[in-house]
Order: sequence, then structure tokens, then C-alpha cells
Amino acid sequence: MQYDQHTYRLTDTGNYGTVALIVGVVGLIGSAVGYITDPAQFFHSYLTAFFFWLSLGLGGLFFVMLHHLVGAKWSVVLRRLSENIMMTIPVMAMLFIPLLFGIKELFHWSHPELVATDHLLQSKEPYLNVTFFILRAVVYFVIWMLLAFLLNRYSLKQDQAHDNKLVRTLRVISAPGMILFALSITFAGFDWLMSLDAHWYSTIFGVYVFSGNLLGMLAFLTFSILSLQSKNVLTGVITPEHHHDLGKLLFAFTVFWAYMAFSQYFLIWYGNIPEETVWFLERWESSWKIISLLLVFGHFAVPFFVLFPAGAKRHRGVLMVISIWLLIMHWVDLHWLVMPSLHPHGIHFSWMDPVTMIGLGGVFVWLFRRRTAAKPLVPVNDPGLGDSIRFINH
Amino acid sequence: MNKQIMREAEGMLAEFAGPGNLLEAAREMRKAGYTHFDCHSPFPIHGMDAAMGLKRSPLGWIVGLAALFGTSAALGLQWWTGSIDYPLVISGKPLFSFQAYVPVTFALGVLLSAVAALVGMLALNGLPRLHHPVFHSERFGKFSDDAFFISVTADDPLFDAEKTREFLQHIGGKNVEVLRES
Repeated sequence: MQYDQHTYRLTDTGNYGTVALIVGVVGLIGSAVGYITDPAQFFHSYLTAFFFWLSLGLGGLFFVMLHHLVGAKWSVVLRRLSENIMMTIPVMAMLFIPLLFGIKELFHWSHPELVATDHLLQSKEPYLNVTFFILRAVVYFVIWMLLAFLLNRYSLKQDQAHDNKLVRTLRVISAPGMILFALSITFAGFDWLMSLDAHWYSTIFGVYVFSGNLLGMLAFLTFSILSLQSKNVLTGVITPEHHHDLGKLLFAFTVFWAYMAFSQYFLIWYGNIPEETVWFLERWESSWKIISLLLVFGHFAVPFFVLFPAGAKRHRGVLMVISIWLLIMHWVDLHWLVMPSLHPHGIHFSWMDPVTMIGLGGVFVWLFRRRTAAKPLVPVNDPGLGDSIRFINH
Repeated sequence: MNKQIMREAEGMLAEFAGPGNLLEAAREMRKAGYTHFDCHSPFPIHGMDAAMGLKRSPLGWIVGLAALFGTSAALGLQWWTGSIDYPLVISGKPLFSFQAYVPVTFALGVLLSAVAALVGMLALNGLPRLHHPVFHSERFGKFSDDAFFISVTADDPLFDAEKTREFLQHIGGKNVEVLRES
């Protein structure tokens, strides 16, 4: 990999992108085989994998908008890479289409004969019906793609010339964007994950999903930066000071995720109402208990204590290992949300879980690398770039 | 005619031309072995902590211990009152239901950490204080506008009315003045 430190561009990117695409396509073909042999398992595995990779893009969208909204200076050097993560959303929108064919396999509320015998589902029918479900999905993707395209467009325009007005433009997009994002990710979480068990409901679910998404995105961003820097790209631009702040964010959102996860559990545990507790009961009585405990320790305790000391947040090796670990935990979390609906009696791993992950992941990594290769790695004319490079923690 | 009584010197103050000079002077002060000196500038200067030889604050450890104490005290209190001293079954849950204890445990941990951070910070930096030798200087007020100062207090083992003055001038200090009650 060759890197020009004056233009912040990669001049030779190697063939990682192509390899990723080939791996991705092979994975998707493998997933298609899964669809033929066991459609129910395929759709559940695909939904988990799809939400995992989409969540990174959504996390990127949030992070970029947050950056513009608060006028952050330190994170200017991270912005373009975050935008590259965000710009995977449009392709993820296309990869959502297969799920439309799995509505019957995934969601029992989509079966009229089941709804006919179920009073609760009848009450929910105005919201949980196939037409409205698809319509909402379209709305979510329109919101996310529109925001991503606009943020990306003005960000690239900023590369062309110094124009401080663009800072304001980007902020003006981000303000309503943040509200739309909060609503859309909440309802997307309700639709695609929570309604797998249509009897169950939790109002905090959207925030819980969001907290995992953002943590996953930050882990992916940290991982990408450290991999680029291991090839001497962006060294001296993204410094240990930025690593430190990424470490702080990983730590903070580990705690935030745990806070949301516990809040959800706590109120349901306290209220002790059967139609709410059933969801946790399913994940506690069988061998799913192992995954539940794995989340408590692996998704919270381990990263919490590992990232606690300031030294760990500045240590490349520690950050690299913990960001890979957090990505794995993010997948475990989604698996734990989705799979008990198909396999209520205990842990069940299928070969389709890794294959769909690799299939969609290959496409994701290819998109990310392609954009990383095509554009400068930092917003070169952002008025805050110099401040960001010289940024020091106090 | 009142004979003016010369009070004892409480310290010395020197003005420097800019942030760069101040940083360099701080480095020289540390190298010369001064320990009771401080730098005053209208804005924070990157690298000043290292130049002055300031060590990492032990505040983190104080807060950490306070958090540990807060969480264990809260958990202990809830366990002892609810399970030992006055066992009371609430909504059919086990006597020791740790889930119910988490919010208070968390909150007391945070509360004591915050208090320890505030009190510890004040204890470590000696604030609030009613008097400081620099208050004797008329010129010192400019530190919050456009001037850069180094002050040395008389309790520094190396403090010497003549030698310190010479040294401050040597490292670029202007308008060196002895701080004493007038």
C-alpha cells in the first residue's frame, strides 16, 4: 500500500478490495445454497448478518452528524473514514431486499391464520402488517440514504476548495438529520428485531439497539485506523491522542450499552409481568443462558476493565484486540436478539451464520476500501483539520 | 516620619515575553531544581506540564477508592438491612435480589466519586486560599490578559533574594520583582 502524505491519498491500495469482493460473492452464493436447504435458518442468519453490517453504517452516519452538530475539532481526521463507513448504507439497502422474501419465515405476525386466533396480534395489526412493514422499511432507507448522500456530497465539495460556509451547511443537514435518525433507528429496531417476538415489547429497545450499533461502528473505525497505520498510512495525522479518545469512546459506549441492557432487564425483572419476562426467560432457562452471561461479561466487564487504565486507551495492541473483541461481541448480541425466536430451546449455531456474515461482510469491506482508495483519507480543506492533527488531550 | 518597615520577601515574580519563552523558562526552572514555582498565562500552553515537571495527578486513585467504597457500602447496606437485620420479602423476590440493588449501588458509587473528585482536587491544589504572594504585585493582574509570569515562593529550598533574581533574569525574565507586603 502506497500513501502520499501531502494529498492524504492512497496511491496504491493493493488488491484487498477485490479479494474482499470475491470472498463476499462466494459467501453470498453459499448463503443462497442455505436458502434452498433451510429457508427459515437462512433468513434468521441473514437478518443477523445484515443488521450487523448495516449497524456499522448507521453508526457511521450518527458519528458524522454528531461531529458536525457539536462542531468537533479533534475528530476531523476521523471524519472521512467515518463517512466511508456511512456510505455503505445504500448498498445495504439493496441487500435488504432478500429479507422481504423472508417476512413469512421471520415474523409470525405476518401469518393471517395465526393473527386470527391471537387477540394481541389483532390489536397490533394496524402497525404489524406486511404492507406497512415494507413501507416503513422504505422510509427508513430513504432517510438514511438521503442523509448519507447529502453529508457525503458537501463533504467532498469541501475537498475542492476552502469554503467555510460548507461547515454550516453540513451542520444544518445534521440537526434535523439527528432527529430523523433517532426515530428511524428506533422503529427499525422495533420492526426488524423486536417484532420477531411480536407479543413482547420494550420501549427502550431502540436505544439498546443504537448503543450496540455505535459501539460496533467505533470498534470498526478503530480497527480500520490501526490497520491503516500498521502500513504507515496516516501516521502523524491520527496520533496517540486520537487513539486515546477513540479508546475513551469505546469505554464510554461499553458502559452506555450496559446501562441500556441493564435498564431494559431491570424494569422487566422488577415488574415481573409474564408477557414481558417471557423474552428473558427464553434467554435464561435454556442453554441461551451461556450467551446471556457471555454478553454480561464479554460485552461489558471485559472491555470495561481492559479499557479502564489510560495507558490501555493509548496502546495500539490493546485497542486492536479490544476492537476486534467488541465487534465479535456485537455479533453475539445480535445473534442473541434474533436466534432464540427460531431456536427457543437452546443455543444453535448454523453454518449459515458465518457464511452470511462473510458474504455481506465481504461486500461491506469492498465498499469501504473502494471509497478509502478513491478519496483523500481526511477532509483536506476542513478549517479544523490543522487543529485536529495538533490536538492534545489535557 | 514613619520609617517604612521592610517586610520579609514572600516570593519573586518575573515576566516573560510570550508562551514560548515561558515554556522554555519553566524548563530551566525545573532543571535548576526549583520546585515551588508556578507559571501564569492567559491560556493553557501545550507541553507545560512536562516542562514544569508536573507528575500525573493521583486524583484518579482517590476517586477510584471512593467509588469502590461507595459501591460496596451501598451494596452492603442494602444486603444487611434487607436480608439480615430486617428480612422482608418484596414482590415475592429472593431476599438478596442484587438486581434491585444496582441503581442505588451505582448512584452511591457515582456520588462518592464526584465528591471525592471535588474534595480531592481542592486538597491537592490547595484551593480555596485567601492569599498568595503574587497578589502583592500590581503588574500581576495582566496574567489574565496579555502577560506571562513565573512566580517562585519563598518556601522553595533554592529561594534566595539575590540568586533567584539573577537566575530569573538569566532565563529571560523581565520586570523581576520581590513579592512582599508593602
